[in-house]
Amino acid sequence: MQKNRLTWMIGGPQGSGINASAEVFAKACSRAGLRVYANIEYHSNIMGKHSFYRVRVDDDDVRSYKDKADILVALDQETLTGDGDHRRWATHYGHLAEINEGGGVIFDAEIGFDPKASGRPDLRFYPVPFMEIIKKALEEVGKGDQARRYEVMKNTVGLGASLALCDYPFDLVAEVIRSQFKGKRSEVGELNVRAAKLAFEHVRETGDAKEFPYTLKPGREPKARILAKGYEIHAIAKLKAGCAFQTYYPISPATDESVFLERQQRDYKLLVVQCEDEISSINMAVGAAHMGVRASTATSGPGFALMVEGIGFASITECPGPVLVMYQRGGPSTGMPTRQEQGDLQFALHPAQGDFPHIVIAPGDLRECYQDTFSAFNWAERYQMPIIVLSDKKLASVYTTIDKLELKWDQIDRGEMFTGSEWTAVDAKGPNDAGSQTGHNGKGGNGHGDMDLANVKEYLRYAFTKDGVSPRSRPGTVGGRHWVTSDEHDPDGHITEGVEMRVAMMEKRMGKLRLAQKAIPQEQQYFLHGPKDADLTVVAWGSTKGTILDALKTLDAQGKKVNFLQCRLMKPFPADAVAAILRAAKRIVSVEENYSGQLAQLVQEQTGVMISERINKFDGRPFSEDEMTNALAKVYDGAKAEAVVTHVR
Amino acid sequence: MSVDAPVKLTLKDYKSDLHNDWCPGCGDFGILTGIQMALQQMQIDPDKLAVFSGIGCSGKTPHYINGYGFHTLHGRVLTVATGGRLANTGLTVLALGGDGDGYGIGAGYFVGAGRRNLDFAYIVHNNNVYGLTKGQASPTLSKGKKTKSMPEQAIQDGINPVAMAVASGYTFIARAYALEPKYLASIIVKAVEHKGSALVDVLQTCPTYNDLYTKEWYEGADLPEKRSRLYKLEEKGYDGKVQDVTDAQEIVAKKAAAVARSYETDPIPIGIYYQIELPTYEDAVGQRIPALAEKPLVEQDVFHRDVTPLLEAMR
Repeated sequence: MQKNRLTWMIGGPQGSGINASAEVFAKACSRAGLRVYANIEYHSNIMGKHSFYRVRVDDDDVRSYKDKADILVALDQETLTGDGDHRRWATHYGHLAEINEGGGVIFDAEIGFDPKASGRPDLRFYPVPFMEIIKKALEEVGKGDQARRYEVMKNTVGLGASLALCDYPFDLVAEVIRSQFKGKRSEVGELNVRAAKLAFEHVRETGDAKEFPYTLKPGREPKARILAKGYEIHAIAKLKAGCAFQTYYPISPATDESVFLERQQRDYKLLVVQCEDEISSINMAVGAAHMGVRASTATSGPGFALMVEGIGFASITECPGPVLVMYQRGGPSTGMPTRQEQGDLQFALHPAQGDFPHIVIAPGDLRECYQDTFSAFNWAERYQMPIIVLSDKKLASVYTTIDKLELKWDQIDRGEMFTGSEWTAVDAKGPNDAGSQTGHNGKGGNGHGDMDLANVKEYLRYAFTKDGVSPRSRPGTVGGRHWVTSDEHDPDGHITEGVEMRVAMMEKRMGKLRLAQKAIPQEQQYFLHGPKDADLTVVAWGSTKGTILDALKTLDAQGKKVNFLQCRLMKPFPADAVAAILRAAKRIVSVEENYSGQLAQLVQEQTGVMISERINKFDGRPFSEDEMTNALAKVYDGAKAEAVVTHVR
Repeated sequence: MSVDAPVKLTLKDYKSDLHNDWCPGCGDFGILTGIQMALQQMQIDPDKLAVFSGIGCSGKTPHYINGYGFHTLHGRVLTVATGGRLANTGLTVLALGGDGDGYGIGAGYFVGAGRRNLDFAYIVHNNNVYGLTKGQASPTLSKGKKTKSMPEQAIQDGINPVAMAVASGYTFIARAYALEPKYLASIIVKAVEHKGSALVDVLQTCPTYNDLYTKEWYEGADLPEKRSRLYKLEEKGYDGKVQDVTDAQEIVAKKAAAVARSYETDPIPIGIYYQIELPTYEDAVGQRIPALAEKPLVEQDVFHRDVTPLLEAMR
């Protein structure tokens, strides 16, 4: 009997509430001290199309999903056998093929499915009369005739039935269900508890349910953990960092973050603005950041495509922000709106015309999402440039246990500020074009002046300083008046096309990247996981981190010496350190969820190291632990890296 | 400025010393003067003034005004200004841009800003051409018209900014003429003092590229009997201000009257077409987030937040 290690899966048409039951199940496990990794796959569709949720539960830390589940709850036929029979292009061939040997299948007895025709004699099938159970629960409160209105409770019935199979204490789940229905809705909560209980009893009484080989028991660990989704973590990091202004335009899968923040507006004194499009989102945030508030936005590829001019604008104007959390999804164009892809790394690195500084960081898990989003606000103000935090659909929607969230670098740093009490000296390290350095009351700043630099006693927004960072003044500050322009400009912020001034301003702005590179903690830039000395070095970034770490555990147990270079800071890229690690590596393979190997390209550009062995997956679904383990094991054993890994077999 | 010894600000206090590179005789000079006169009349503290602009000849205007100046992107001035205004409601916000900037590439933001009724004034330099790119047709040039640097007549029709503003929800809609800076200044004062989104569409000459709508054309020099091609609405007894904001019929009637007047082409009405006092976006934000009714976002302490309740809810 396998204890406390199973994957539970529920599938059904969108709108049938599978999210609710999967999340209740996940929460009930997490609260009892078990570790959970749950992820959802869904269509870009409101109602009717197939979606499914996997919940992996374990005593040990889990950071990825497995190919196969142990218990499947099917609310419809398609969950069992796929859509190959009624759709031109199959999105899946049914989850029956994705159940471990001896696993259990709970299905709605009404769909008329015949287990004998399943081709899986090894599985245990549990037909459950979903609607009958709902009716029975309703009858107890005199609403027996309204069963159809409560059809969505089918997911709760499936949940109750599953708990009976794995012999999980029902009370733990009942408590979670009740907590989801508070106040006026508590009556509905009780109905759900009742329906789940009836299903639980129904299955317990069914033949062999008691001998089901997988069981779940509350863990021994304290309930200190939280169960969170990535978008919540990005949002909480923004709150913690003092973000006061968030803009957005609805787009999957980024919207959830903004809606989460919208709910916190009153309590946290945060203003969230839904804009007319993403061009407006980014530029409103730029306007707010120039005013001195910490401003941010969130979007996905198509929205980012609209935002790009605002990023260049923020950078040339040395705007202290904004922070942009970019949730990658399947591209190009509208692509696959609700599916996973790491396809926007190169886009995030090169979003707009000209050369300009900005920082791009790609957190690998929820803890890093928290740290990097928080740090981003400090960097935005310290280096006066826009910051892109590259997240993705997988990180956004994964629902997983994490230990207490901690900020490793937890100080708020607002960078250099002009307070109005003193003027900013012009450091004469600037260009020789003295005429362009006049103060705003000088004799013309457009290359026409002849002011003596030493006598400039006024604040200059873009003053040349030793490190290239000019103290910013909050508009409204007496004596801090200045201009901001998207044109090339002089220290006062007036337009110039002066030759020396242009060169000096480019160098001033671009030089700030070196400053950031030096100051950002090394372990936030890159990290070498696993043994220093390995036969194979995996190079990857972003949300594949957990999957690779889980795979490495298995490979290690097989005696395969593999380590993993996680690249996190993408711009400025830690080229020297990465080059040193890769030059010392025996064999290198990159792993990415995109077509072209965008990190491999970046590594080659920055270090000269060509990674010719690449494992790429671009079917819109993240790597499973098994796919990762198998692909790496094959490469380790000498096979050439497979170009494509895909779910459809 | 010290409170006990107020010093009256003069027009000079609103001028920056930057060399101006507009063409001689450009209508922009009249608009710049009108803005500076209005600021002086209202005695707005230059340190509490934020002037935003788009791209084009008009986009350079903030550089010539003494105040915090933001020369943004083509068509995006209202988005940046909106962000700035929401972050610091303690500042007076002016937005400036050309007709191409505001009614063409920025048309979506023109509508968005009207819907919000944010408290700021938007001054559009409307000269029917894209000047800085050498005279292509702007969104306000009518079909069939051809200015001197256009190879062909305009193939699409012009839009009506006043009607567009009515439909979008602007609560102050006016028109003025660049070469009458005093009158323009009086309109700008009213636009700034109005609580809500205010549009001032300024008819402007472009002596370099617009040879159709010249100073002489506006003066009616070509007419058999010379007379201005402009008239002031208030001088014809027109009053576009809604008296009872709860009277839906009055609102519709005043909007309809404004739209009807906006289609008059000879003479062209200038003055206030429409005005209504309605709650602003800032008012709505203050109701939603009470702390923001007290003081601007930028002055809020947001650096000591306790996120524990949010994390607790995730247990």
